[in-house]
Amino acid sequence: SLLPTSLLSFSTLPPTTIGSPIKPQIASLTDKLQFDESNEYTGKLLEELNGKLEVVRKGGGEGAVDRLRSRGKFLPRERIDMLLDPGSAFLELSPLAGEDLYGDIIVPSGGVVTGIGSINNTLCMIVANDPTVKGGTYFPITVKKHLRAQTIAKENRLPCIYLVDSGGAFLPMQAEVFPDVDHFGRIFYNQANMSAEGISQVAVVLGSCTAGGAYVPAMSDETVIVKGNGTIFLAGPPLVKAATGEIVTSEELGGGEVHSKISGVTDHLVENEKDALMVTRDIVGNLNVENGRLADSFTVQSKDSVKIDYEEPLYPPSELRGVIPVDPKKPFDVRKIIARVVDGSRFHEFKSEYGTTLITGFASVKGQRVGIIANNGILFSEASLKGSHFVELCCQRKIPIVFLQNITGFMVGKRFEHEGIAKNGAKLVMAVATAKVPKITVIVGNSFGAGNYGMVGRAYSPRFLFQWPNAKTAVMGGEQAAGVLATVKREAIERGGGEWSEEEEAAFKQPTIDKFEKESSAYYSTARIWDDGIIDPADTREVLSLSLTAAMQEVGDTRHGVFRM
Amino acid sequence: LLNANRTMAVGSIDKIIIANRGEITCRIMDTCRKLGVKTVAVYSEADANARHVQEADEAYCVGPAEAKESYLRSEKVLAVAQATGAKALHPGYGFLSENAAFADACNAAGVTFMGPPSSAIEAMGSKSNSKEIMIAAGVPCTPGYHGSDQEPEKLKEHADDVGYPVLIKAVMGGGGKGMRLVHKPEDFLESLESCKRESINSFGDDKVLLERYLTAPRHVEVQIFGDTHGNAVHLHERDCSVQRRHQKVLEEAPAPGLDQKLRERMGEAAVLAAKAVGYVGAGTVEFLMEAGTDDFFFCEMNTRLQVEHPVTELVTGVDLVEWQLRIAAGEPLPLKQEEIVTKGHAIEARIYAENPARDFLPATGHLFHLSPPTGEGVRVDTGVRQGDDVSIFYDPMISKLICYAENRDLAIEKLLASLKEYEVVGMPTNIPFVEKCAAHEAFRKGGVTTGFLEIYADDVQIPEGVEASDTAKGLAALALAIEGIKSTNGFVESSFRLHGRAQRILQFKSNDDTKSQINVWSNKDGSYDIEVSPDTTFTNVKGSYDVANRTITAVINNKALKASAVISNDGNDRVVSLWSQKPGHFFDDESEEYYAAITIEGDVVGASVGSGAAGAVLSPMPGKIVAVNYSVGDLVKAGDVVMILEAMKMEHPLIAPGDGVIGSIGGGEGDLIQDGQQLFVVEAEGDEAAA
Repeated sequence: SLLPTSLLSFSTLPPTTIGSPIKPQIASLTDKLQFDESNEYTGKLLEELNGKLEVVRKGGGEGAVDRLRSRGKFLPRERIDMLLDPGSAFLELSPLAGEDLYGDIIVPSGGVVTGIGSINNTLCMIVANDPTVKGGTYFPITVKKHLRAQTIAKENRLPCIYLVDSGGAFLPMQAEVFPDVDHFGRIFYNQANMSAEGISQVAVVLGSCTAGGAYVPAMSDETVIVKGNGTIFLAGPPLVKAATGEIVTSEELGGGEVHSKISGVTDHLVENEKDALMVTRDIVGNLNVENGRLADSFTVQSKDSVKIDYEEPLYPPSELRGVIPVDPKKPFDVRKIIARVVDGSRFHEFKSEYGTTLITGFASVKGQRVGIIANNGILFSEASLKGSHFVELCCQRKIPIVFLQNITGFMVGKRFEHEGIAKNGAKLVMAVATAKVPKITVIVGNSFGAGNYGMVGRAYSPRFLFQWPNAKTAVMGGEQAAGVLATVKREAIERGGGEWSEEEEAAFKQPTIDKFEKESSAYYSTARIWDDGIIDPADTREVLSLSLTAAMQEVGDTRHGVFRM
Repeated sequence: LLNANRTMAVGSIDKIIIANRGEITCRIMDTCRKLGVKTVAVYSEADANARHVQEADEAYCVGPAEAKESYLRSEKVLAVAQATGAKALHPGYGFLSENAAFADACNAAGVTFMGPPSSAIEAMGSKSNSKEIMIAAGVPCTPGYHGSDQEPEKLKEHADDVGYPVLIKAVMGGGGKGMRLVHKPEDFLESLESCKRESINSFGDDKVLLERYLTAPRHVEVQIFGDTHGNAVHLHERDCSVQRRHQKVLEEAPAPGLDQKLRERMGEAAVLAAKAVGYVGAGTVEFLMEAGTDDFFFCEMNTRLQVEHPVTELVTGVDLVEWQLRIAAGEPLPLKQEEIVTKGHAIEARIYAENPARDFLPATGHLFHLSPPTGEGVRVDTGVRQGDDVSIFYDPMISKLICYAENRDLAIEKLLASLKEYEVVGMPTNIPFVEKCAAHEAFRKGGVTTGFLEIYADDVQIPEGVEASDTAKGLAALALAIEGIKSTNGFVESSFRLHGRAQRILQFKSNDDTKSQINVWSNKDGSYDIEVSPDTTFTNVKGSYDVANRTITAVINNKALKASAVISNDGNDRVVSLWSQKPGHFFDDESEEYYAAITIEGDVVGASVGSGAAGAVLSPMPGKIVAVNYSVGDLVKAGDVVMILEAMKMEHPLIAPGDGVIGSIGGGEGDLIQDGQQLFVVEAEGDEAAA
C-alpha cells in the first residue's frame, strides 16, 4: 500500500478515542505463574460467591414458591425480566444483603430485589418485594435495602417502580423497623419528596399491601393492581373483625375491583401479573422522561437504535481475575486493571511522574468519558494533592469519577506528619466529599482507614459502590489493630512490673485478628449493605458502564469547601 | 421536446378507461404506459387506496364497496368514460366484460368497447346457441342435445341417444352452477329436476342442454384474435386442466404432449369459431379433449382477455393488451398466422388468500408482509402491495405467478422454487397447495385431466394443524429475542445480569390454541439457551437476525441454519413467519415443510391490556331508564350498550363491562333510578358451571 500506515489507522479510529493505549510493558500480565495463582484463587472466591447467589435466587424456599406459583404469581426476578426491555441489563443491587443477620431466620436478598434496568427505553429503579420470604415482610435489612434503592433513585433521578407484594413490617422486630429516621416511614417520605422533584413513583400491586404497605401505592403517582391477587388495606380482615366486629373478605375490603372502581386508590385494573407488567411498561413509556428530566414535548425523539461506537479493551476483562496477587502485600500496577476496563485500553494519564502511588487520568468506558483515580500504593502528600487537583478538573468539566480502591491508608510517621499529611489528606477528603459529579467506587483490594475516606468509601456517597470478592474493609488491618491493643496492654503490664510472654501476646491478639478478619470480609459488608454488591472482577467494565449510564442521568454542580492550605 | 414528438397514443386512442380493479387493471396500465396511452381508473370506496387507483393517471370513485353498487354500475362507469374523454374502454375480465348491452352502450356513446361486437358476446353467452353456431361452422362439438324439447321424458330420450355418462347443464348457467352429472339412465330424471330447480333460482331460467360427459377430459383452450378487417388468428393453446371446482389452479402453454398436427388442427378450429361470429379482439375458445386421443370438442368461448393470458404472452412474445389496443384503434392484426410461433414453456399459478387446510375458505386480512419471488423468467401480476387489505368484497387473489423457461421441466422447477420464495404474512394462502400440485408426479409427467385434483386429492391435501418443528420454534424464539433488542441507551444490549440469567417466557400458541411455554435464557457470551419443550432445549444458540433483509442465521445443535423470518402482530400476539427453503437457505428439517408460522401469545411488548372485567353495573347518577336493549340470559360483548339512562337532559349509555351473559336486570323502561342502584349484571360465561 502506498498510504502511510499512520493515516490508515487514523481513519479507522472511532470518534470517541482519545489518548493512547497503556504501554504493553505496564499493562501485560507477564508473570504467568502469578496470574495462574491469582486466577485460581479468584476462581475459588467466585465459586463461593456464585453458590451464595444461587441460593438467594431461589427465594424463600420450595413450599413458598409453590404457593406463589399456584396463585399465578412469579418470583421477583422473573417479574423484573418481564418488565424490562428485551436485551436490557439489570444492575441488581446487594443481592446478598441479609446474610446471617437474624440467626435462624433466613432472609434471602433481604426479602426484596432492587436494581436498575431499562423499561421502554427509560432507566428505572425497580424495588420488588419477595413474597416467598416471610410474606414479603420488612426486616430492618429490608427497610435499609429499600431506602438505599430510593437513595440511588433520588441521586440519579431514576423513576421508581415498586412491585409490591408485602405484608408490611415484620412484627417481632417492629422496634428496629418502625420508629427511627431511617426506618419504614422514610419510604413514604422519600416517595413524596421524589414525586415533588419530578421523579415518578409507580406502584404495581401484585399481592398484599397491608397496613403501612398500603401507602406505597397510595403515595405513588400511578398504580396498577391485579384482580384477585392484589389487595390494599390499612387493616386486614382479622384486625377489622377485632376492632369493629365487621366481617369482610379481603377482596371486599380492598381488592382490585374495590380500589379501581370505588375507592380510586388504583388506576389500572388488570387480570394477571403479565398484563400488570405490560401496563407498567406503558406507564413508563408515558412518563415523558429523558435523562432523568422531563422530555421537551415539542421535540420528536427518535427512539431508533443509536449504538454508541467504542473500542473494546486491548486486554480481555476476564483477565481481571488474575491481576491482583493472592498475597495482598505484594505490589502490582493498578494500570493493569485500568487497561482491562477502559475503551481501547486508552488512558490519558495526568501527572504520571508526580505522586506516583495514586494514578489519575481520563479514559472512556463504553463511550462514556470518565476520570479514574486508582491506588498504586499508600497515600503520600503528593499523591493526595494530585488526587485533589484531579477531582477539581473532573468537577469543572463535569466528568464522572471512578475510584479503584486498594488502599491500606495514608503514610504515617514523624516526617509525614511534619510535612502535613493530615491536611494534605484532608484536601483529598474535602475534594471528593463535595464533588457532585457522579462518583463510582470499586473496592478491588483493601479499604482501610482514612484511605477509605479519600478514595470515596460508603460515607462519601458514591452513587454506586461495588466490591471484588477479595475486598477487605476495616478501620485498619486485623494485625495492626491487634498490635495496637497488644502494645497498650503490654505497656500496662510492664508498668505494673509484670511480664508478658510472646505466647501470651499471640493468644491475646488472635481473637482481635479473627474478629477483624470476619468483619472486614466482603460478605460481612454486603450483608449489611455497606456496598451495592459483590461483583465478579471480569464484570467490572460492564458494571461500571451500567453504573455510569444510570449516574449520568444527573450530573450536579460542585462547590468545594475551604481547603486547608 | 423529444418526448413531445413521440406518438403518445395508439392510432386515435390516447386515453382509455379500465372498468375493472386488481391485477388485471394494473397489467393493462403497464402496456398503456409503454405505449403512451393515458389511463382512467374507476374504483369503489373500499379500493380508494388500491394499487390500480394509485397507478392510474386519473381515478374516479363509482360507488360503495359491493361490486353491484360500483364496478357493475355500467351507467356510472360510462359516465366517467365520457367525462374524462376516454376513447376506449377496457373491461378486463369479470364484472362488465361479457355484458353485451354494456358493450353497445359504450360504442353508442363513442367509447370503443375493447372486446368483440355485442352480437358475438350474445352468440357465445348462450351455451346451446353457441354450440349450434359451431356445428354449423364445422367446429367439432361434444355429442349432445341442445334443442328446445324441455319435457323431462323427452330430455331423457335425448340423453339415452347422447350416451352416458351425460351432463345436464343449464343453458344460462356458468361458474359450476346448474350442472348435474348422470352416470345411469335411472338417475336421470331426479338429477334433471334438481338441476332445473337450481337453474331457475340462480339464473331465472330452467332450460337445460345435454352433453356427453368425457371420462378423462383435458381442458385445452386456444387464444384467438380478430380485427375489424375480418381477419382472425390464433396464438396457440393453453392447458388449464388443473382445476378445483371449475376454478383454475395451474395453467400452462403450450399444452403438454400434443403433437404439432393436433395443435394446428385445434388452432384452425378456434379460428373457424372466431370467424363464425365475426369476432373482434381477444377471445378464448375452450375445448375439452379426451386424454390419450386426438379428439377435441368445442366447449365454450370466452369473449374477453383471460386471467391466464400471460402464459400465452410468454411463449409467443406477444403483448395481448397491446394487440387489443391496436385492434380497438382499427389497426389490422400485427402478425400473420405463420408468424406466430411458440417458444419455451410457461406455467401460471394463481395465488389466493384462502385456507387450503380448511376447504379453501377465502381469507381476508392485512398484508403485513408481501415479498413475491423475482428473477429471470418470473412474472408476478398483482394488484396488491404490502400493507394493503384483502377484503371480503372481491376475489381474494393476491397475484398470478407465471414462470417461463426453455422447457416444461425447467418451468416447473422455476415455479416450485418461486413458490418457496413467495412470502405472504397476514393471511393463509394456497401457496403450499399449489406447490403440492405442481410438484405432483402426475402433473410433472404432463397431460393430467380435469379430474386431477379429485384423483390425487389425498396427495395434495394440506393437513390442518401441522405444528411447527422444534427447530422452527427455536428460530422463532431467537428472532423474537434478538428483534426486541433496540439499543438506545447503555443498558440495552446483551441482557447482562450480575448473577443468574435473564429469562424470557414465551407462550407458544399451537394451531388448536393450546399453549405451551418456550423459555429463552440469555447467556453471558451473547448466546441463548432455548427450551422449546420440556424435552428439548437448544443450548448456546448463537445467531443474528437481519431485520431489514429478514434473514435469520443461527447455530442450533452444531448445525448452521439460515432462513427468512418476518415478525408481525396479530392483536396482542406476535407471529413469526419462517421460510426455510429459499435458495441460499439451509435448514436441518428433513420435512418438506418450508413455511411455518409460530404464534406467541400476548408478546406485544408494551401493549395495553384492558381489564375486560365482567360484573355489576351501577347507575352513575339518578335518572330514568329510557331503553333496555337486552334480556336476562342474552350474550353481550364488552362495550355493548345494555341500557340507556336519561338524566340532566342527556342520554347516558350503560355498557357491558366485559363479555358474558346478562345475569340480571334491575329495572325496565320508564323506571326512575337512584344513584348507585344496580342496573344489570354481566356474568362471565361458564360462571355457573364453576359455581
